[in-house]
Amino acid sequence: MTVTSVHKDPRTRTMTLTAEFTASAAGVWQLWADPRRLERWWGPPTHPATVVEHDLRAGGEVTYFVTGPDGERRSGWWRVLTVTPPAGLEFEMGDPDIPPLLVRVRIEEQPAGRTRMVVVTTFPSADAMDQLIGMGFEQGLSTAVSQIDAVLT
Amino acid sequence: MVVDEVEPPVLDAVFHALADSTRRDIVVRTLRDEYSVSALSRLYPMTFAAVQKHVAVLERAALVTKRRSGREQLVTGNVDTVRRAARLLDQLELVWRDRMDRFGDILAEDPNPGAPA
Repeated sequence: MTVTSVHKDPRTRTMTLTAEFTASAAGVWQLWADPRRLERWWGPPTHPATVVEHDLRAGGEVTYFVTGPDGERRSGWWRVLTVTPPAGLEFEMGDPDIPPLLVRVRIEEQPAGRTRMVVVTTFPSADAMDQLIGMGFEQGLSTAVSQIDAVLT
Repeated sequence: MVVDEVEPPVLDAVFHALADSTRRDIVVRTLRDEYSVSALSRLYPMTFAAVQKHVAVLERAALVTKRRSGREQLVTGNVDTVRRAARLLDQLELVWRDRMDRFGDILAEDPNPGAPA
């Protein structure tokens, strides 16, 4: 089992995911540091990612696009905040449709040739979360959903 | 272990679909009542074709379903998808679980990859 735990806290709008791999910390790091390897896991097989720019330094940017089955491309970016190879990195990520998320990655070597990776993803504000799920308008979807719920219960 | 039938590309399509205010409005309206595409196109300052295109984007994201009735195309909001979209952290979890599965697969092939050549 790759993912060992997931903790979601709606109050702080944070998801903390912990995964463990049979690999060294340096090996795990390479999957972030090497754009060709990053492409292999970032997008799902139906929407493969192509990394355009990969400047993994504080203040640097990573830009990419994913290509859908119909050939439609959607671009995305990371704004790199901190990088400490191979212990982790922090970046903001977003795309034209989505407000930025903060991602913090911690890589810790464990005994017996294993490495733990903790990924903490945060919606910077409730607004961002609302915008993302399309509630940033007068008659919000939340209203619609609660109305539907009222009808169904 | 959370098992959900939502695929990440679907999630992606949902976010993309909801990023547009006309499309959000169409979802909210069609959750309440069934609308024909022509009735919807009278609500917005745009052509029938443009509204039809918005409906197609929503349909791909499973936010609405369309059925034919004579010469009309009737549009209904999909409550399940809207509810799922509201469960944002759950969606995020699915995306990252899939990513970590692929991450693990790559490391299983080559546990100690060297620096890029």
